[in-house]
Amino acid sequence: MDLITFGVQLLNAVQYGMVLFLVASGLTLVFGILGVINLAHGAFYMLGAYLAYWIALMTGNYLAALVGGVAIAFVLGLALESVFIRWLYGRDHLAQVLLSFGLILVIDEVRQLLFGKDVHSVAPPDWLSGSLQLTDNLSYPVYRLAICVFCLAVAALIFLVITRTKIGMIVRAGAENREMTRVLGIDYDKVNRLVFATGIALAALGGIVTAPISTVYPGMGDGMLILSFVVVVLGGIGSVAGAAIGALLIGFTDTFGKVFFPSVSGMLIYLLMALVLLWRPNGILGRREV
Amino acid sequence: MTALLQAERLEAFYGASQILHGIDLTVARGEQIALIGRNGMGKTTLLRSLMGLVPACRGQRLLHGDDIAGAQPDAIARRGVALVPEGRGVFGALTVVENLIMAARPGRDGRATWTLPRIFELFPRLAERRGHGGHQLSGGEQQMLTIGRALMTNPELLLIDEATEGLAPLVAQEIWRTLGVIRREGVATIVVDKDFRSLSAIADRMVMLAKGVVVFDGPPAKLAAQPELLERHLGV
Repeated sequence: MDLITFGVQLLNAVQYGMVLFLVASGLTLVFGILGVINLAHGAFYMLGAYLAYWIALMTGNYLAALVGGVAIAFVLGLALESVFIRWLYGRDHLAQVLLSFGLILVIDEVRQLLFGKDVHSVAPPDWLSGSLQLTDNLSYPVYRLAICVFCLAVAALIFLVITRTKIGMIVRAGAENREMTRVLGIDYDKVNRLVFATGIALAALGGIVTAPISTVYPGMGDGMLILSFVVVVLGGIGSVAGAAIGALLIGFTDTFGKVFFPSVSGMLIYLLMALVLLWRPNGILGRREV
Repeated sequence: MTALLQAERLEAFYGASQILHGIDLTVARGEQIALIGRNGMGKTTLLRSLMGLVPACRGQRLLHGDDIAGAQPDAIARRGVALVPEGRGVFGALTVVENLIMAARPGRDGRATWTLPRIFELFPRLAERRGHGGHQLSGGEQQMLTIGRALMTNPELLLIDEATEGLAPLVAQEIWRTLGVIRREGVATIVVDKDFRSLSAIADRMVMLAKGVVVFDGPPAKLAAQPELLERHLGV
C-alpha cells in the first residue's frame, strides 16, 4: 500500500470513527447518566437520516435538514422522556429493553407508513459535493472531509459543555450522587429530560451527516446500535471521552481490518472488544464499581 | 412574625420501624440550634426529614409558614434550606471550584451573600486547593467544601450533620469558627455534633433527642444546670 492510499484509509477510519462517536456519545450519556438501556438508539439514528431526506426534499437545502432534523429529534426526545422514559429510571433492565424495543417497532412502522421500503439518497450541499484529486486516479470526496471536521467540532462542543459549563458540572455531579444534587436544589427531572433529548439528538445527528454517503434505508440503525454498544462498552459506560477513544479504535480496526485482513474483518472489532475487556473489564475510561 | 421553620408532632419511619415519635421544633430566623443525643436517637433522621429526604413522614412541617409535607428535597432546597450530610457527599469527580459553582444560586430574596470569593475567604484552604479533585481532599477539606457548597445556595437554614466528626482538633476548631461567621451573617443553623462543650459555647438553644422524642429544649446554661439529664442522655 502506498502512502496516499494509506492516507485515504486513514481519513476513512477517522471519518467512520467520528460518526460512530456522535451516535455512541448519545448512547453513553443515556446509559451512563440515566441508567437506561435504550435499544431504540439505532432507530433514532435511522430517524435522523429519514428526517434529513424529508427536509432536504421539502426545502432543497441540506443545512436546513441538518438544523431541522436535530431540532425535531431533540423535541421528540423531550416528549418521549416525559411520557415514557422517566418511568424507567431505577427499573430493571428488562423493563427498559421491552419499552425501547417497543419504540423501535413504532418508529419502524411510522417510517414504513411515511416513506415506505425504498432506499433514498440525500445530496450533500453543493459546496461540499466535489472531490479532491489526490493522484491521477485517486480522489477523495470533500463531504467526507467535512464530516471529519464537523464531528470534531461537535465533539469539542460536547467536551466544553461537560467540562466547562454549570449544566455539565451538574450532570457529572448527578452521575456520581443524584441525591446530593437534589439536596442542593437542582431539579434533576429537568436534567434527565435534557440529557435524554441530547442523546437522541446526537443519534439523529449521526444519521443526518451519514445520509449523503450511505443512502437512507430501513434497518440502517440496527448495525449502528450494535456498534454503538461496542463503543460504549469499550470506552467505559458513561464516559464521553471513552466513547471518543472507543469509536476511533473501532473506526481504525474496521477500516484497516477490511484492507489487511478482509476474510476475518467482520469479527475483528469484537476481538478488539474482548481483548480490551480482558485488560480493563470496565472499559478504557470506565470507573471501577464501588 | 412566623418562624423560619416549624415542625409539629413530626413522625418519621424507615420501613416498619418508627424513628421519630412526634417532634415539636421551632427555628427562628438566624437562630443557631445544637441538636444532641446519643447515636441512633433520631438526629440524622430529623435533619433528613426536614430536608424532604424521608418519604414516610407524618405531622406538620412549615417553612416560612408554608406546608412542605410531600415536597421534594430540591423544592425544599430552593426555598432556603441546605444540608451538610453525614459522610459529606463531596463530588469526587469535580474539582473544588466545580463543586462550589454547580450549587451556586441566589437566595430567595434574590441576593447572593455567599459567592465564590466569599467562600474562599471563609476557607482559605479551599482557595489553595481550588483545582484539586474532590476525591483528593482530606476529611477536613471535604467538610469545608461541603459547608461552602451548601452556603453557595444562599440558604436561610443550614442543617449540619456531624459537623466535626473524625476531624483533627485544629480543623474542628476551624469549623467551629466558621459556624460563628455563618451565624453573624444571619443564617439559621441546626448543628449535630458530639462535642458538647463546643456546641454549648456557640448555640442559642440546645435540643436533646432520646428515642425519637425531644427530652430537652432550651438555652445551654439551663441544660448545664441539669447534670442528671446530661448523664442519662449523653453520658457526659
